Amino acid sequence: MSDATLKIFRGTREIGATVDYRVPIAPGMVVLDALHYVQSHLAPDLAVRWNCKAGKCGSCSAEVNGRPRLTCKTRMDTFPQDKPITILPMKSFPVIKDLVTDVSWNYKVNKKIPPFQPRAGVEWRMYQEDIDRVQEFRKCIECFLCQNVCHVLRDHDKQEQFGGPRFFVRVAGLEMHPLDGLQRTGLLKTELGIGLCNITKCCTEVCPEDIHITDNAIIPLKERVVDDFYDPLLGLVRKIRNAKEPAK
Amino acid sequence: MASAGDTRLGRAAGQPAWWLQVVPVILGLGAFAVYATLRAFEGAYFQWGPYLSPFYSPLIDVHHKYWPFSPALLILGGPLGFRVTCYYYRKAYYRAFFFDPPACAVTEKSGRVYRGETRFPLILQNAHRYFLYLAVIFMAFLWHDAVRGFLFNDGFGVGVGSIVLLANVSLLSLYFLSCHSLRHLVGGKLDCFSCAVAGRARHQAWSWLGALNEQHMLFAWISLFGVGLADFYVRLVSSGAIRDLRLL
Ligand code: SF4
Ligand code: SF4
Ligand code: FES
Ligand code: FES
Repeated sequence: MSDATLKIFRGTREIGATVDYRVPIAPGMVVLDALHYVQSHLAPDLAVRWNCKAGKCGSCSAEVNGRPRLTCKTRMDTFPQDKPITILPMKSFPVIKDLVTDVSWNYKVNKKIPPFQPRAGVEWRMYQEDIDRVQEFRKCIECFLCQNVCHVLRDHDKQEQFGGPRFFVRVAGLEMHPLDGLQRTGLLKTELGIGLCNITKCCTEVCPEDIHITDNAIIPLKERVVDDFYDPLLGLVRKIRNAKEPAK
Repeated sequence: MASAGDTRLGRAAGQPAWWLQVVPVILGLGAFAVYATLRAFEGAYFQWGPYLSPFYSPLIDVHHKYWPFSPALLILGGPLGFRVTCYYYRKAYYRAFFFDPPACAVTEKSGRVYRGETRFPLILQNAHRYFLYLAVIFMAFLWHDAVRGFLFNDGFGVGVGSIVLLANVSLLSLYFLSCHSLRHLVGGKLDCFSCAVAGRARHQAWSWLGALNEQHMLFAWISLFGVGLADFYVRLVSSGAIRDLRLL
């Protein structure tokens, strides 16, 4: 059995550095197994958040060799054994300790989104063709890897003005719901700042659930925002029909 | 011990070099931009027999009655605007030319004001659907040119140029049909297909366009090279550098 070197961030938001650990590699081992090995044999105080070890709870997110990933879904044999493997906490969230970050900002954003509200007098019957799209969005495990990698949050610190890809996925699931009666395009344009997204697709690249975040959620939502706010022809049609303007 | 901030410098350790993604885009788009500009200004060698270069279609004021410059310049805005505001190309050039971001999880230069697509001029990207409407007209002309490419002085025939023009317009059609705005217009904007007029048909069309949309990046590139090569072929034939091979 060969050994791998892990360079793991140890420390807090104020102070910290990577520390090297040697870990024996076993067949089928994932990065989270290696972290557990470190925890049980070398550094019992290593802080790691995890829960299911099955890619379903979304707790074990970190940056492995510079790429945001679920550590429980990242096999050790995908990395060259002769080079150290660097494991850092998610950059966009404040470190609590070691690999554990404070992701509570996300829950605040979530509260801004009005939940599902059925249309008045709606008949509770749905056809598969109406919910195909929404089902993709329901796969989200809230690992926040997409939020972490998004440059709007990661490099431009727009936490106040921007909701981030995970919440565009949530809004897409509500906006495209066949029975929902609310319109959230105003929210998208203002509070969630969808215009700050420049559709560069990093969120899609890292999503462990393979949700096509940019193509299926963000771009369709951007098109809906254009419908309601930036399309002069549709604006005119709305005026002629005397339709109610979307909530600002 | 270094501070937590310092370890950020080592963040890209083990990541594939980010410029590997950026350089081909810079070269591809750059080469096309230079070639297309030269050809658009050239104002010559755009026609031979039944062939018309796609850069010059529709051909307007070819005898310079009202417009003293190259006729390509009169129509260039349509296809150029369509490509520039295309969701795929936006991603490509934001990454490659603006480094916003250069690649995923690669730190951008800090200290720059970032406004995404919320302010002038980038807010104009929202006009993409209007270029789509314009593109319908261009596609009609290009199909007309492709059919005409088979009608020689002595009647129906097939030259290499006929096939080149047909291949070009087919690739452009795939690019056009895979457009995000078209997908939205055809059905994506509906919340409930089964409740809408002609909902089933729109769902079917939307699914087909969705399947094409997954390959939008591929179609964007091959149609870009296709249109360049088609123009180059017409130029070669028209300038007498080569002779068109008549196959039938
Ligand atoms: S596509 Fe938009 S939301 Fe996704 S990572 Fe890029 S900027 Fe962020
Ligand atoms: S959309 Fe994907 S990357 Fe983002 S939180 Fe959900 S599962 Fe994670
Ligand atoms: S531990 Fe649950 S997703 Fe990794
Ligand atoms: S999104 Fe690329 S052409 Fe419309």
